[in-house]
Amino acid sequence: MEMAETITLEIARYSPEQDTAPHFQSFEVPVHKEWVVLDALNHIKDREDGTLTYRWSCRMGICGSCGMMVNGEPKLTCATFLADYATKGSKIRVEPLRYFPVIRDLVTELGDFLGKLKKVKPWLIHPSQAPLSQGEFLQTPAQLERYKQFSMCINCTLCYAACPVFGLDPIFVGPAALALAQRYNMDSRDQGSGERIAVLAHPDGIWGCTFVGECTRVCPKHVDPAGAIQQYKLTAVFEWLKSFITPKGQDI
Amino acid sequence: MGAVKPETIRVEYAEFHPRWYRPPVSVYWWLKQRQYLTFILRELSSVFVALFVVMTLFQLWALKKGPEAYAQFQQWLQSPLVIALSIIGLFFVVFHSITWFNLTPSAMPVRLGGKRLPAFLVAAPSYVAWAVVSAIVAWLVLR
Amino acid sequence: MVHLDLRHLGEKLINARLPFVRELCLKYQNVDPVKELIPVRPVVHYMMGGVSTDINGATPLAGLFAAGEVACVSINGANRLGSNSLPECLVFGARAGKAAALYASERPAPNGPLQALVLDERKRLESEFLHKSGGRQRIATIRGEMQATMEKSAGIYRERNLLEEGAGQLRELQERYRDIQLDDRSRTFNTELESALELGFMLDVAVSMIECALHRTESRGAHQRTDYPARDDGTFLAHSLVFRNSDGSSRVEYQPVTITRWPPGERVYGQARQEQQH
Repeated sequence: MEMAETITLEIARYSPEQDTAPHFQSFEVPVHKEWVVLDALNHIKDREDGTLTYRWSCRMGICGSCGMMVNGEPKLTCATFLADYATKGSKIRVEPLRYFPVIRDLVTELGDFLGKLKKVKPWLIHPSQAPLSQGEFLQTPAQLERYKQFSMCINCTLCYAACPVFGLDPIFVGPAALALAQRYNMDSRDQGSGERIAVLAHPDGIWGCTFVGECTRVCPKHVDPAGAIQQYKLTAVFEWLKSFITPKGQDI
Repeated sequence: MGAVKPETIRVEYAEFHPRWYRPPVSVYWWLKQRQYLTFILRELSSVFVALFVVMTLFQLWALKKGPEAYAQFQQWLQSPLVIALSIIGLFFVVFHSITWFNLTPSAMPVRLGGKRLPAFLVAAPSYVAWAVVSAIVAWLVLR
Repeated sequence: MVHLDLRHLGEKLINARLPFVRELCLKYQNVDPVKELIPVRPVVHYMMGGVSTDINGATPLAGLFAAGEVACVSINGANRLGSNSLPECLVFGARAGKAAALYASERPAPNGPLQALVLDERKRLESEFLHKSGGRQRIATIRGEMQATMEKSAGIYRERNLLEEGAGQLRELQERYRDIQLDDRSRTFNTELESALELGFMLDVAVSMIECALHRTESRGAHQRTDYPARDDGTFLAHSLVFRNSDGSSRVEYQPVTITRWPPGERVYGQARQEQQH
């Protein structure tokens, strides 16, 4: 099918100073082969309507700012080509990421998500702090491979927009935060699994997950958060069994 | 390092907190997307797995009770309702098995020589075992 | 427009040796290097200069701290070493943060005159941007013209006539900036206001860049002048500092470079480098 010269974007608008609920506004934008949805949004904001509000930064899939719902799918708008929709002759519906409160237009509130990231203690916990003069940490490629995939997360929250558990129960810690915890648990330099288990092995943590798997499907960096969570479920069960054998108060 | 006490700061500037819109989540959320519907059916399949287990227990109980009871059980198995349930149940049990086997590689990463095995290789033994056991059972029943 | 042609390599070789290149082209430009040409253009990658700071991130304005790309300690000089921007951010971010916290903790709480300044600034933003009507300039138009001017006048190669032309165009753009009109009057997450403020500051930086480039009649690092191709350590082994006079014009002063371990030398390659090392 020939690519159209223009395409219609239906964009969710919400301004708390005037609206009580979002409504849609349509814009017509030119279609260029290399243009992505983000280019269309910038075109509209620059030329037609400066009030259109959204987050973006790197436009190359590394900052995680430009996540939005495009025709009902969580996507990075910097990596979603207009041409893919223009060749099908369809419109493009752009909405803020699902399951989050909306501050304005396409901007979601991320404070709760940031709090969850912090909750899993995403840093190397190494009580026996050797001085730098004794040399740096050493890590083999095999040791790196064990957690590298989980370290690719760009915090775009597409996985939260895909997760029905989070949608129905926002207290769920969520895919990205749990994968981030695993990134540190599996890092050979880290000794902090014992400090993270209380948050993870909890009804609001991994046990809230029912392995829908949508988070892994939509992840633009192939982090596989669902895999991280299921792997930790096995670990958590072993730890629970071990707790009957080891004396109370012992570090795991 | 001393900290500035909060109560000593008197700021005339009032903080501005916009009213967030909280989108409602429909009770029919699972119908909004093909993948959600598949997930719910997968979860539902466990009901039919349980049903098959119950039927098997029924069968054992009838076996214990004697030939008459067993004959009654077999009659019951041939009733249209039970046949219909069995066909639907079979579909769900097969669906359950396939989805379960395909999910195991995510939960159990297998590494050989520092490299991770591809998912289908981790799932394959389950399918092979399934085929082998099914073949043995079929041979036992049909010979 | 310049293009890179990888088609002759074939799909197999591209996937084996250049998979990341192919992935980037496909994912963000909708171009397949196996079948199509890759558009190539030079871009601005990093600002070597910035707000002058000391080794703890303190700027000449007491109480203002800066770190990272916005700051100039200076550890990059006329050209930044690759991969230094991230450690620069980490090291000086930490130092500046600690220094700023110490500075704040040793001082009394914000007082009446300071709060009055804040309210004045809010009034200024409201009158010049949020509540203003009748402006005829759009942010994107001025920004686009500024980018074109800077690419032409202060790009990879510079020369006096183009620099002076650029300076004139920037003066005109700063005039037109005063006639800017915003669509967005909201107080909630107003990114158009943010763009407008950033544009004003970008114009100031652009003017400073051209002013320094005009004064620096030599070539050094990222500043290459076709009319002064040689490096002049006698006059210009120094950092350029730009000040704004009370009448709005710019003033350039120089600060000598602190040389500790490595003395400046000629940067040459190949056979010339071999010869230089002996």
